[in-house]
Amino acid sequence: MSEVPTVPDEIKRLPWPAQYHALANRAKASVLKAFYEAGCVSPDTHVSEVPLVALDFETTGLDPEGHSIVSIGLVPFTLDAIDLSQARHWVVCPRLPLHQVSVTFHGITHADIEEAPDLSEILDDVFASLNGRIPVVHFRHIERPFLNVALQYRLNEGIRFPVIDTMAIEAHLHPNRQPSFFKRLIGEKPISIRLADSRTRYGLPHYAAHNALIDAIATAELLQAQIRHHFSPQTPIGDLWL
Amino acid sequence: MQPELIDIRNHLVQHSPFDDMPEELVNQLTASIEISYVRAGTQILETGQASTYMYYVRSGAVEIFRRSGELYNRIGEGEIFGQFGLLMQRKVRFPAKALEDTLLYRIPADTFHYLFENDENFADFVEIEDRSRLRSALSRREKSNELMTSRVTRLISRKTVSAPTTVRLQEAARIMTDNGVSALLLMDGEGENARLAGIITDRDLRTRAVTEALPSETPISEIMSEGLITIRASSYIFEAMLTMLHNNVHHLPVVDGHEVRGVVALADIVKYESQSSLYLVSNIYHQQHVKGLKKISHDVRDSFVRMVNEDANSHMIGSAMAGIGRSFTQRLLELGEEELGPPPIPYCFMALGSMARDEQLVVTDQDNAMILDDSFVPEEHDEYFLALAKFVSDGLAECGYTYCTGDIMATNPKWRQPLKVWRNYFTDWIDNPKAEALLNSNIFFDLDGIHGHTKFAEELKTLVADKASKSQLFLTLMARNALNRTPPLGFFRTFVLEEDGKHQKTFNLKRRGTAPLSDLIRIHALACGSRAQNSFERLKSISKTKLIVEDDLGNLRDALEFISIVRIRHQALSLEAGEEPDNNVRPEDLSPFERSHLKDAFQVVSNAQKFLRFRYNTQVARHV
Repeated sequence: MSEVPTVPDEIKRLPWPAQYHALANRAKASVLKAFYEAGCVSPDTHVSEVPLVALDFETTGLDPEGHSIVSIGLVPFTLDAIDLSQARHWVVCPRLPLHQVSVTFHGITHADIEEAPDLSEILDDVFASLNGRIPVVHFRHIERPFLNVALQYRLNEGIRFPVIDTMAIEAHLHPNRQPSFFKRLIGEKPISIRLADSRTRYGLPHYAAHNALIDAIATAELLQAQIRHHFSPQTPIGDLWL
Repeated sequence: MQPELIDIRNHLVQHSPFDDMPEELVNQLTASIEISYVRAGTQILETGQASTYMYYVRSGAVEIFRRSGELYNRIGEGEIFGQFGLLMQRKVRFPAKALEDTLLYRIPADTFHYLFENDENFADFVEIEDRSRLRSALSRREKSNELMTSRVTRLISRKTVSAPTTVRLQEAARIMTDNGVSALLLMDGEGENARLAGIITDRDLRTRAVTEALPSETPISEIMSEGLITIRASSYIFEAMLTMLHNNVHHLPVVDGHEVRGVVALADIVKYESQSSLYLVSNIYHQQHVKGLKKISHDVRDSFVRMVNEDANSHMIGSAMAGIGRSFTQRLLELGEEELGPPPIPYCFMALGSMARDEQLVVTDQDNAMILDDSFVPEEHDEYFLALAKFVSDGLAECGYTYCTGDIMATNPKWRQPLKVWRNYFTDWIDNPKAEALLNSNIFFDLDGIHGHTKFAEELKTLVADKASKSQLFLTLMARNALNRTPPLGFFRTFVLEEDGKHQKTFNLKRRGTAPLSDLIRIHALACGSRAQNSFERLKSISKTKLIVEDDLGNLRDALEFISIVRIRHQALSLEAGEEPDNNVRPEDLSPFERSHLKDAFQVVSNAQKFLRFRYNTQVARHV
């Protein structure tokens, strides 16, 4: 892998719509050029007006540099509706060996990935669902960095985009998640901001299965609930993305 | 469908109407869903807005209202709403509001119509009118019982054996023996012009000819039974069974116009349904003591459970149980007369309430009365009739028919009176009606003479049929009483949902379902001068007067059948579990099928009560 050109800081400091514009001019790979050219909504756009896409990866571990993507699930949605007819799921062949630990968690086996394509073969399909949409994830330190590294590896250039992180929203809503020593003594439990636990607080159902698609759907539902409870349809998207 | 959507699909297929849907269709459906989260209090649908979706509640709860603002339904997990608008003019018919934070699966109109075209079950389930769902649910059930789907002609296995009414006793007996039949039809006229005039059976030969030692040259016309009860060739076997039970006859000529197609004997039906209630009835007449009757009364409940398990309909079961109860009463009266001697003056023993309506179940008390001949002199005759009434009442109690708590029994002197007094009772109830008094005398408007001089009871039926339809105040007060008991709105989770949105843990299927229905059917029947007692028969006579449109009558019939059958099944399940049956039902004891169709049936009752209120303009405070 050759040296990946770095994005200059003055571009990184631009507001997202202008930054997409600048990045579109710099991008060499056609999928990335098309992604940036599809544009980014202005930060004061009401969240109810914004096309969103919930995104979830299963990976071989937590380190983007040392681990690989195993599967991708996504579903385009808006505050009003999560459209299952556009839901997509891919298993991809990881560059790095599959760890036994993660196999037991997400259930994707060696047999599954033997026939799976490399990420490079499905990039057009993945980006068809991402273009023009703001990605929504639960825990922002997976999907964005893993996709960035994977693209650097394959296209020799990375990717930048804003995300809405439903876990960060929960963290913001529950700043004092860890009860004090005294409260722990009287039996108070810490508040969990994991996906399943957060959903329970909004009366959202439990999903038995774990795969990238159902987790993406679960994340989309969680964002709808968070906005209905703590924000409003008129909340500017710029207040939510990170 | 993406296979990873299996979680969503699996939730759908646990609920009607998706549980029976072909896999391919459910997959297409799943892939078309739009998920939407709404907070408690959010208006989901407004009246008049364009209908674009059917909704499935994945979690949470939604309330559906009528245009008037009344609560129509409360929808929980796994239930659907919004389908009416899609089927109607594509405008929302019932507004909907989230009661709790709710996750909705929206099914787009295109998918909805595709499913409607391609899955009959789905189409039945979401059909515009709830009542057609009820109808199809019932017809599916009826198809499973052979007695209800096979015509009586199927039981006719041999050529009709008949003889002219001019033959002599010995000749008749010889024809029967030669042909190996237990009944001989007797005809007036010959060939094309032959008309059925009477019947003679084995039993007649034994009881009349042999015991009375009649000469063999006696003309058969002197001992044959006339005024025959016959059944049409197009009837179903269960109708033949009901006719035999009600009239206590063992042979039924099957006729097609004037042509006699054959004879159906009790034995033919018993063969069809071994262990039948008819068998039990014939056994009752063989008992010589109260002790014997008590012993076979234990079979009544087995017979009931068996009929339920064989998918008999409520009319069949109600008539069979009433037929059995009537037979116990008749046999007890025969035994009483043997013990006390023949009655000093003619009398009629009368059944009241559910037995008279042919709608009896296993949990029942005795409601009866005696009509005595007008020559009645208390000092001379009453000792006998009191003793007879007591003999019957105690005997019935022995056989499981508990004493009437309201003391409506022939043992009560008030209800052991000559015909003229009875005429006065009914005249007073109808001509000077008082709501409170009518509440207590309601039961007398279902009456049936079951023993003795039954013409007395027929006279009372005639009096009621003539008078009741002409007394508007009587009908109005009866209607007011009939509106005291209302059905619940439906079910929500494990609760019974009331119209005011309140919840109950249990409800009484008789008080809240069958009783309000039979009450309102009685009033319409009285208003059109019907002499029928059974609710289904009453609906038939109402139909002839066009008082109620045919569609609504069909709905009433289906609602009565469905609520009755749920009540019957509930009691049968208790019996099988070794528990004492009752009428109280908890929603969690009901199957999803029963829940959804009971709700439809309650809707029919509620609409019928509204019509009754409108027709008699009765404004009453309603209480449950």
